[in-house]
Amino acid sequence: MKKFALLIPAFLLLAAFTPKYEVGDAVSDFSLKNVDGKKISLSGYADKGAIIIFDCNTCPFSKAYNDRIIALHTKYKDKGYPVIAINANDPKISPGDSFEHMVSQAKNKSYTFPYLIDETQEVAKSFGATNTPHVFVVNKKGDGFVVAYIGAIDNNSRDAQSADKKYVEDAVDALIANQTVSPSKTKAIGCGIKYRS
Amino acid sequence: MYGQEASIIKFETLDTLLKSPSPEVIVVNFWATWCGPCIKELPHFEELNRAGDPRIKVILVNLDYADKVEKVNSFLRIKNIKSPVLLLDEIDYNSWIDKVDKSWSGAIPATLVLNTVTGKRNFVEKELSESDLQQLIEETKTN
Repeated sequence: MKKFALLIPAFLLLAAFTPKYEVGDAVSDFSLKNVDGKKISLSGYADKGAIIIFDCNTCPFSKAYNDRIIALHTKYKDKGYPVIAINANDPKISPGDSFEHMVSQAKNKSYTFPYLIDETQEVAKSFGATNTPHVFVVNKKGDGFVVAYIGAIDNNSRDAQSADKKYVEDAVDALIANQTVSPSKTKAIGCGIKYRS
Repeated sequence: MYGQEASIIKFETLDTLLKSPSPEVIVVNFWATWCGPCIKELPHFEELNRAGDPRIKVILVNLDYADKVEKVNSFLRIKNIKSPVLLLDEIDYNSWIDKVDKSWSGAIPATLVLNTVTGKRNFVEKELSESDLQQLIEETKTN
């Protein structure tokens, strides 16, 4: 009996990590500290929408996608869909993802998009973000934003040139053209977000 | 035992392996050399493999890039890993993730424990302690 009693907390823990936002869901506004020390909110920053990316400094997949994330912002910021990068990793578990290291990362790679710290991890939890990088494209609807795409950036983390399915670009292009986003949900191997237990 | 090297495979090979008649319980651990929590839990799978229970088969599925196979092999040598290691060379993750388990977000470590007799399966997407792993196996075995 003892064994079964021990099993329960493990599964409850997993349940806490099940994705909360699904495609079509309205997104609650959030306000987080940027690498320049100023707070940025989704409602204050996004216009037509945003490419929200849960990311970090240390994950090899984040590193592999870093230049592609910069390119996404360059391509879509003037079309109303800027990148908003959010790091939710607990720096106690992943010291390379501390705020100071985020500041250096943004400086070294000349980020022109916000790179926000989610210290309480509440925003990442509300999105149901699991990996880095994990993308949520949101689109303006009424006074708020709804989720239009969840998943990977493209289908080849190793080599940008070989990616023949550019999920995020396709999603944002579809939104700009007022078309249906398809696929609206993908998955990707990546580093798990370092949640405090 | 001689020096262990990873076999580079496609998803079809893994899929076939999971569907073939084999010991009662197959434990498949998805890991990579760049994944800290994976490396932390790896000894539990090694211990399980070393125990040699004929009803249990351990398979370590490595998700490093195939062109990094040398790095994987040197890791296996340094850590003296004896369990079979398959490097899954499938870059288009969305073509196979759901076939392992629909609930998998894609984060690693992830572990699938499969009972090939009853078809019962348990999939978890987190770093396992030794007791977590034992419980998963107990849960999946025929009682």
